[in-house]
Amino acid sequence: MNFKIENIKQLIVKKPLKLDCGKTIKDFPLAYETYGKLSEKKDNAILVFHALTGDQFASGINPITKREGWWDTAIGSGKALDTNKYFVICANVLGGCMGTFGPKNIDESTNEPYGLSFPVITIKDIVKAQESLLDHFKIKKLLCATGGSMGGMQALQFCASFPDRTFSAIPIACSSSHSAQNIALNELARQAIMADPDWNNGDYGKAKKSPKNGLAVARMAGHISYLSESGLQEKFGRKLQEKADYEFSFDADFQVESYLRHQGYSFVDRFDANTYLYITRAMDYFDLSRQYKNGLTEAFSNQETKFLIVSFSSDWLYPTKHSKDIVIALNASGANVAFAEIKTDKGHDSFLVNEPKFLTTIKGFIDSSYDSYKK
Amino acid sequence: MKSEFKIIASLLPNNSRVLDVGCGDGTLMNFLSNEKNIDVRGLELNEKNVEICISKGLSVIEGNAETELGQFPNKSFDFVILSQTLQAFYNPVTVLDHLLRIGKASIVSIPNFGYWRVRSSLLFKGRMPETISLPYKWFDTPNLHMCTIKDFYELCNDKNINMKKIIGINNNKTSLINNNNISLKNLFSEVGIFLIS
Repeated sequence: MNFKIENIKQLIVKKPLKLDCGKTIKDFPLAYETYGKLSEKKDNAILVFHALTGDQFASGINPITKREGWWDTAIGSGKALDTNKYFVICANVLGGCMGTFGPKNIDESTNEPYGLSFPVITIKDIVKAQESLLDHFKIKKLLCATGGSMGGMQALQFCASFPDRTFSAIPIACSSSHSAQNIALNELARQAIMADPDWNNGDYGKAKKSPKNGLAVARMAGHISYLSESGLQEKFGRKLQEKADYEFSFDADFQVESYLRHQGYSFVDRFDANTYLYITRAMDYFDLSRQYKNGLTEAFSNQETKFLIVSFSSDWLYPTKHSKDIVIALNASGANVAFAEIKTDKGHDSFLVNEPKFLTTIKGFIDSSYDSYKK
Repeated sequence: MKSEFKIIASLLPNNSRVLDVGCGDGTLMNFLSNEKNIDVRGLELNEKNVEICISKGLSVIEGNAETELGQFPNKSFDFVILSQTLQAFYNPVTVLDHLLRIGKASIVSIPNFGYWRVRSSLLFKGRMPETISLPYKWFDTPNLHMCTIKDFYELCNDKNINMKKIIGINNNKTSLINNNNISLKNLFSEVGIFLIS
């Protein structure tokens, strides 16, 4: 990545954190951003978890990349997560590359970037690290914990691990465990990175080169899985890229090729390849039912949290079936759950784009949750 | 709120746990939650209605009662409500079995095909009936399995379902139905409400 990460908010997490892999980390940086104002009663806080390639800059303009925040459609003045009313917190995940402790941090014992000596982390580790933000802001209980895709997995894990620390939760377009197809797609991405000679077993931190080509291909593969077939067809079809006929070459003849190349190569400027490996691994290891003897139902027992589960009809990465399984487990444990499947052709990425039915549904849920929480 | 909902609400004790199957826009759920402190959940097929319910803060699951009642554990609710929807299912008896499995008791209301206006429409006009509670043309009706109060009464008897209370509604007036008056009430009730277990 090409950006210098400076002038960002960081919390140094002092409390030792025992990771699932057995190692313990402490005194590590957790980068975060906040939007809106915390109320005096500290009852209006929403913790937003980002997805695989996101970061803490969820709303407005990302000061590092100068691009729009990844969830600017949902967070802001008058929006679904209304910053006039709510205090929104978003942290860069553990293992990330936007200021939180990750593989590109310098290992003081070697004075080199950690690279592959960085411990393998899990969604549970990621969530535990972020719980320290609640203590930092002296928030006893969040109004809501939410996120899409990997952010949704974090929301589920947060509720299971800390059942009394949020009043409500909205896990969006996610799954309680990665399917074989999910793991396969992530493995494809990792293999693309590791096949790039510039990856150098993860030890590229001090070299001038980084595995740009591998990371770009990984991103392209990911991007295809975020869109639906009909969405892609409608947007690109077989349209050619600024040409009248085939060139009988391997240049980007089709618009969809040009689009993918752009998505891939613009991504490498802002993202670290090793982070991509670590975070996809954390997603693959995620299986909430495996953490409890009696499976998912036990994960959600003793829940007072109010849940809204949301899926998108054209999402084939985390299809509605995955969300319904979560709903069934929540019902079986007697939890308070609402569920909506939003009909759209925008695929998995629907939660990131302007999808009015989705945004009004979550807005209604958050506003009504706030009304009953502040009572 | 329509009189049918008022009667259903009156049958439910405060602070109970209720599942409203086919909860529509959540009017009844809202009333039960606010006025009787009932812990109420809903299942609804129509996505617009689901959105309205969620915005009201109601815990409603989008889904089809025909196929998705299996997710609710046995006796996980005190009451399960099914308001004027039983006739729209492919397999009403299967749905009925689920209601009685999930709830300790169930409240089922049916639009009565034995109501005199329905009968006279067929008898005198020779046309498929259209009334306020049955406003559809024969070719676009969602109602696949219409029945009369007497039919449902017999079904409950056949299945050994305990009918604790049967209420008929006509012109917003209610009356109790029993074995002795059922033939008459079947003629003069537009809607029948059954409290069963």
